[in-house]
Formats: sequence, structure tokens, C-alpha cells
Amino acid sequence: MEAFAHLVATAADDKATAAASSAGYAYGLAAIGPGIGIGYLVGKSVEAMARQPEAAGMVRTTMFLGIAFTEALALIGFVVFILIGL
Amino acid sequence: MIAESFKFPEINSILRWRDLFSSFNKIALIAVAAAVIGSLIFILAGRKDASVAPKGVRNLAETSVEFVENGIVMQTMGKEGLGWTPFLLSLFLFIYLCNVPGIIPFLQMPATARMAIPVFLSLLVWVIYMGVGFKHQGIKYLTHTIWPPGVPTALKPLVGVIELISNYFVRPFSLTVRLFANMLAGHILLVTFALLTNSLVTAQTQQFMLKPMAILPFFMLVFLTAFEVLVAFLQAYIFTILTAVYIGGSAHPEH
Repeated sequence: MEAFAHLVATAADDKATAAASSAGYAYGLAAIGPGIGIGYLVGKSVEAMARQPEAAGMVRTTMFLGIAFTEALALIGFVVFILIGL
Repeated sequence: MIAESFKFPEINSILRWRDLFSSFNKIALIAVAAAVIGSLIFILAGRKDASVAPKGVRNLAETSVEFVENGIVMQTMGKEGLGWTPFLLSLFLFIYLCNVPGIIPFLQMPATARMAIPVFLSLLVWVIYMGVGFKHQGIKYLTHTIWPPGVPTALKPLVGVIELISNYFVRPFSLTVRLFANMLAGHILLVTFALLTNSLVTAQTQQFMLKPMAILPFFMLVFLTAFEVLVAFLQAYIFTILTAVYIGGSAHPEH
């Protein structure tokens, strides 16, 4: 049995496994909402710029602001990923 | 086979270089260099004769001033915000010069990927927009931050809590985390693909197709490096434009 001792999962291993997989879930889940949000936001901005090219500068500034706010959620997820996982 | 040779380093070791002195490391070196280079550009540009057509370093300086004026200040604060151009310009330039070493060979480390510099910068911004608010609106600024003008009385308790948390805590926190996490994520991505390329090239294996496959992560690495050029600029731009929005918001409550 001694030869297989390294195959037996200890409590510490369980904890590390749980941490690693939940870190993955944390980032994956955090990326869904902002992904949809940024896609929608940029799509609408492109639509606005195409309809009214003279307002493109203003739309672009507002678009970056919106992206910054939306993206913050994904980045907080990334920070949580680092805190749990690494 | 690869799984054994591919071992991801500790997060601390990819964010550290060796300490030059006990408390002066690569991050500090890059931050100091960013401040010195940024100042040098404008000192040199200021010495040139203003009556002839600009060239060289003066061109660079004029372009960046124009970019901050037209792209950031005029878009968010309008004409009365032009006095903030020097502050926003130095903020933008410092953050940009701190971000860019992330893709410069042999440096390969954005100084903003450690928490200290983003935290300090966003606390500075916090103090400034609070100060501007009190200067322009007096003590009424406190009520304006909690209840923006025009909020119906029935909604005041709810709006008050949300605005209080948002104005005093979430703004500096999100400014910090946005810059820090973006640069750190980019840095970790670059490290991952560089390590993957390296471990495929040096893999001890009999399978002849494995080594040429190193070209795939290498292409990804090149693509990500180009992407990081964009991110470095965009993050500096977003930090500066949010600063401008916050300052403009404290100066004029109705917007």
C-alpha cells in the first residue's frame, strides 16, 4: 500500500482542488455579464456612429466610459480569481 | 510530458525582479523613469523656438497636449475645464509611460501591475474631486453628492445610500482596480504564452510534430503584444477621462 500513498487525496489536496476549480468558475461567471454588456454597448455605438458620423467623437467618448464601467465587473472577477486561485 | 515541464511560476515571482537596493526594485525604477522621461519631453519641448514650425520632440509634446485638450477635456468638461489640462496631461503621460514597459523587451513589466501606483493615483484623484466640489459648491457639495438636484423626495433614502457608496467608495476603488487588473491580466497572459512557447520548444519528446507546434502560442504571443500596445494607451485614456468626468461632475452638479 505504501507505493500508492501518494495517490490518496488528503484534506489539503481537496482544499487546493476546490480552490482551483472555484477560481475558474469565479472568473468564468464574472465574464458572462460584462461580455454581453460590452458587445451590446459597442454594437449600439457603431450603429449610432454609422447613422450620424458627425457625432462620432462624442459617441466614442461615451462608449469608452461605458466600456470602462462595464468592464470593471469582469476585472473584479479577475482579482477574485487571483485571490482564490494563486 | 509537457505537463511535467510546464510549471507556472508563483505569482510573486512573475511580478518581481531582483531588488536593486533593499526597497528599490524594477517597479520603482520604471515609475521613476516614467516621471523623468515625461518631464524631460516637456522641458526639451519648451526650450524650442515657438515661432518656427515644430519638429521632433516638440511635435510629440504638442500632439499630446492637443489630444488631451480635444479628446478628453473638451469632451467632458467643456471650455471652462481647460485649466485642468496640465494635471490631466501629466496624469495621462505618467500612466501611459508606466504601462508601456509591459511590452518593451528586457523590461517586460508594467509598473501599474502592482497595486501601489494605481491606488496612490486614484486617492489623489479622489482628494482632488472632493476638493473641487467643496471649492465650487461649498458645504452644499455634501448634500449634492448624496442627492443630485432634481431627485423626488420619495426616492431620497434609496438614492442617498446608492450615491453615498458610489461617490465615496466605489469610484476610487473601481479606478484602482480597473487600471491594476487590466495591466496585471495582460502581463499574466504574456507570461503564459511565452512559457508555453518555451516549454514546447524545449520539450523532451519523441513526437516530431510537437516542436513545430510552438509556432501557435508564439503567434498568440505576438498578437497579444500588439494588443497590449492598445491596452496600455486605452487604460491611460480611460483613467484620465474618468478623472475629468469626476472633476467636471463636482464642479457643476447639474451634469
